[in-house]
Amino acid sequence: MAEEIKLIKVTIDNITVDVPMGTSILQAARMIGGDVAPPAMCFYSKLKGSGGKCRTCLVEVSKGSNADPRPMPKLVASCRTNVMEGMEVKNITSERVTDARNGVVEFLLLNHPLDCPVCDQAGECHLQDLSYEHGKEGTRYEFKRRTFEKHDLGPYIQLHMTRCILCYRCVFVADQVTNKRVHGVLSRGDHSEIATHIEKALDNDFIGNVIDVCPVGALTDKTFRFKNRVWFTKPVDAHRDCPTCKGKVTLWQRGDEVLRVTGRKDQWGEVEDWICNTCRFEKKHINDWVIEGPTKISRHSVISQGHYLGMKKPTETFRAVHGGRDPKLLMDIHSISEVNRPGIDLSAIPGPATSDVFNAEKKK
Amino acid sequence: MGRKLLLDKAHIEGIRHFDVYRKNGGYSAVEKALKEMTPDAVTEEVKKSGLRGRGGAGFPAGMKWSFLAKPEGVPRYLVCNADESEPGTFKDRYLMEFLPHLLIEGLIVSSYALGSHRTYIYIRGEYAWIVDILEQAIEEARANNFLGNNILGTGFNCEIFVQRGAGAYICGEETALLESLEGKRGNPRIKPPFPAVKGLYDCPTVVNNVETLAAVVPIINFGGEEYAKIGVGKSTGTKLISACGNINKPGVYEIDMTISVEEFIYSDEYCGGIANGKKLKACIPGGSSVPILPANLLLKTAKGETRIMNYESLSDGGFATGSMMGSGGFIVLDEDQCVVRHTLTLARFYRHESCGQCSPCREGTGWMEKILHNLEYGKGKMSDIDLLWDIQRKIEGNTICPLGDAAAWPVAAAIRHFRDEFEWHVNNPVESQQRNYGLAHYADALEITV
Ligand SMILES: Cc1cc2nc3c(=O)[nH]c(=O)nc-3n(C[C@H](O)[C@H](O)[C@H](O)COP(=O)(O)O)c2cc1C
Ligand code: SF4
Ligand code: SF4
Ligand code: FES
Repeated sequence: MAEEIKLIKVTIDNITVDVPMGTSILQAARMIGGDVAPPAMCFYSKLKGSGGKCRTCLVEVSKGSNADPRPMPKLVASCRTNVMEGMEVKNITSERVTDARNGVVEFLLLNHPLDCPVCDQAGECHLQDLSYEHGKEGTRYEFKRRTFEKHDLGPYIQLHMTRCILCYRCVFVADQVTNKRVHGVLSRGDHSEIATHIEKALDNDFIGNVIDVCPVGALTDKTFRFKNRVWFTKPVDAHRDCPTCKGKVTLWQRGDEVLRVTGRKDQWGEVEDWICNTCRFEKKHINDWVIEGPTKISRHSVISQGHYLGMKKPTETFRAVHGGRDPKLLMDIHSISEVNRPGIDLSAIPGPATSDVFNAEKKK
Repeated sequence: MGRKLLLDKAHIEGIRHFDVYRKNGGYSAVEKALKEMTPDAVTEEVKKSGLRGRGGAGFPAGMKWSFLAKPEGVPRYLVCNADESEPGTFKDRYLMEFLPHLLIEGLIVSSYALGSHRTYIYIRGEYAWIVDILEQAIEEARANNFLGNNILGTGFNCEIFVQRGAGAYICGEETALLESLEGKRGNPRIKPPFPAVKGLYDCPTVVNNVETLAAVVPIINFGGEEYAKIGVGKSTGTKLISACGNINKPGVYEIDMTISVEEFIYSDEYCGGIANGKKLKACIPGGSSVPILPANLLLKTAKGETRIMNYESLSDGGFATGSMMGSGGFIVLDEDQCVVRHTLTLARFYRHESCGQCSPCREGTGWMEKILHNLEYGKGKMSDIDLLWDIQRKIEGNTICPLGDAAAWPVAAAIRHFRDEFEWHVNNPVESQQRNYGLAHYADALEITV
């Protein structure tokens, strides 16, 4: 007989919910949704042991539980702290949390190259979203950003170590989804890096999933590299009869052309099912797939600004969409980045955008 | 003259060997515990003794032992933390090098109390020669039936294994140590679960410092209550202090925790005063992680009381005007030392030793080092001092393990007590490259507002 699951009450930012025992504060907050859900850069509900590392999800526990109402002295990682009966948590209602989170965002961006203009992840990057929502204008860091020696991970997966935030998600994927991990974290401290010990290709059937879990542009799809900006592509849900995985994917199309295949992601950016390398990298023809219909995309996402054929563009302002909040600009990448020339219409470039295109524009 | 409980036999010729150690009363605690006491009774004695962990945090050892989960059919482990990598701390080395059997004896008794049949010593890799000393001691103990199966005919089985670390300070943090012991990358675990519930190979585990486990021997020999009579308040028993820096007699001293800091520094029995006739400027009383104190606050508390070498007195005044007992690494700075340079050295250490798991520590430690480097080399700005303060504030308390705090505290304390020295560096970029700020007013009795 299935045991009855005990529900307990937890209050987050003054909103009370009933959740099953063993739920983390983060998961409880996600049940409430909206701003109450803390940002999470390393936790991934489908990966055992993930979370606790990035520290963006820190919250204040102002009351431990009914049994022990003392507040917790330190901020806690909501993704790795379970709720207790009667617990009271402050997320956006706590100044301590906002202050610490600002700090964490600044730390995460300290050595980030801010190469969003040439990064394939731009538009669906969690670090971009995080900086817009929780960052400050400008950085106080005046030193050279760190760089790494390049590692080649084979024909499918591109590694840009400078963008990595060391969330360890890709390591957990390799451990738990492929059971054949050949990459991991080398070195320690601020020189920790994702790499294979000996230059080695990542070639397991399911290893492509590291691309979907990577919150930033550190691991991207080589077969999609510089093909297009994500917001110019149109996501549609599709499936195929796949002997290896469930074959349920999202296709990212430009016209009839399939530019990229990814897993289907939920509102927290997590994939619903792991997909195999064949579906991801090799089935790039529209006839390979049975189309189900357009993917639902959150209107917060820049992807929703994409040029859906025959669809009306939203008329609300950015501000209205964000419920009256003005997104805070972390920094104006247009003024910082050399390569970025907003004048270029990427969709007008016939092939992949390369530095030549940008240089030609610069010389004009 | 303080009483010695740990190092009393250290001077005996050949004490490293089993026969000599045994002849001088060694292993009597094993006989007493295994033959006359139940495991719980041993734990009870340790509780009564008030012994606090000597690894840094000072958590009561008996209480830690009683938290150990004891589910049926699951092995339990005792792990001895001999990673000792905190700058300024070298007491465990001394103990293991000269009295290996004292540690082995403590481990057998503690393993018996906790029900650990496989006990590990995780020792820092650089102590390679001590590994040989310990392994020889283990062999000798086994040859004499103090280890192995059916110890002294009591039916208790226990093996001790020595595992070398590979040169990482972070592997001294107990959960990183366990990861490393399991053969993994030494990243601290996210707690809870605590080792007492899920430790080595997911089994209930107690991790204790070398000195803590060695102190179990006199506790069993004399009884917990007797042990608790030495010292004062919650600082019971004796404590090993490794003293270094600008003093006449650097070394490892066993103190009972009633002597004053002043006596410890200036008396001939201990440090023998500041070297070369110089004046005391500052001191880090408990290993590199604890706050530095200027001379005036070191010798007397903010309330004007004499500061004593014990847990309570050293932390009197909190971080505003106090420090911590920490791991007993006592680092003395004389008037010729530059606090900015010294803080840079520590910041470099923590940047180098961060495991890199969590963002505040991974990024913040490197940032602090770079700013301190600028300040030290005459390229700093006045705003850098506030920036440093803000960075350390954003690291402290927001990380997975206490290394983040350990990196933040020294920077915070240096700015708190020596801000004028930092400002002098900014205002005198050329002069600060040629001479040190000196003693300034740090030795004077300052008016302290708390
Ligand atoms: C970064 C870091 C390094 C540590 N290094 C040591 C060490 O080398 N030796 C040690 O005994 N404890 C060390 N500790 C403390 C241990 O985590 C743990 O608290 C201690 O071993 C418990 O033993 P005790 O209760 O006997 O003090 C360290 C802690 C941290 C955070
Ligand atoms: S490469 Fe991506 S998924 Fe892997 S640790 Fe770095 S940021 Fe995380
Ligand atoms: S605080 Fe530093 S050493 Fe500790 S887990 Fe985080 S990064 Fe690693
Ligand atoms: S999501 Fe919780 S610490 Fe990263």
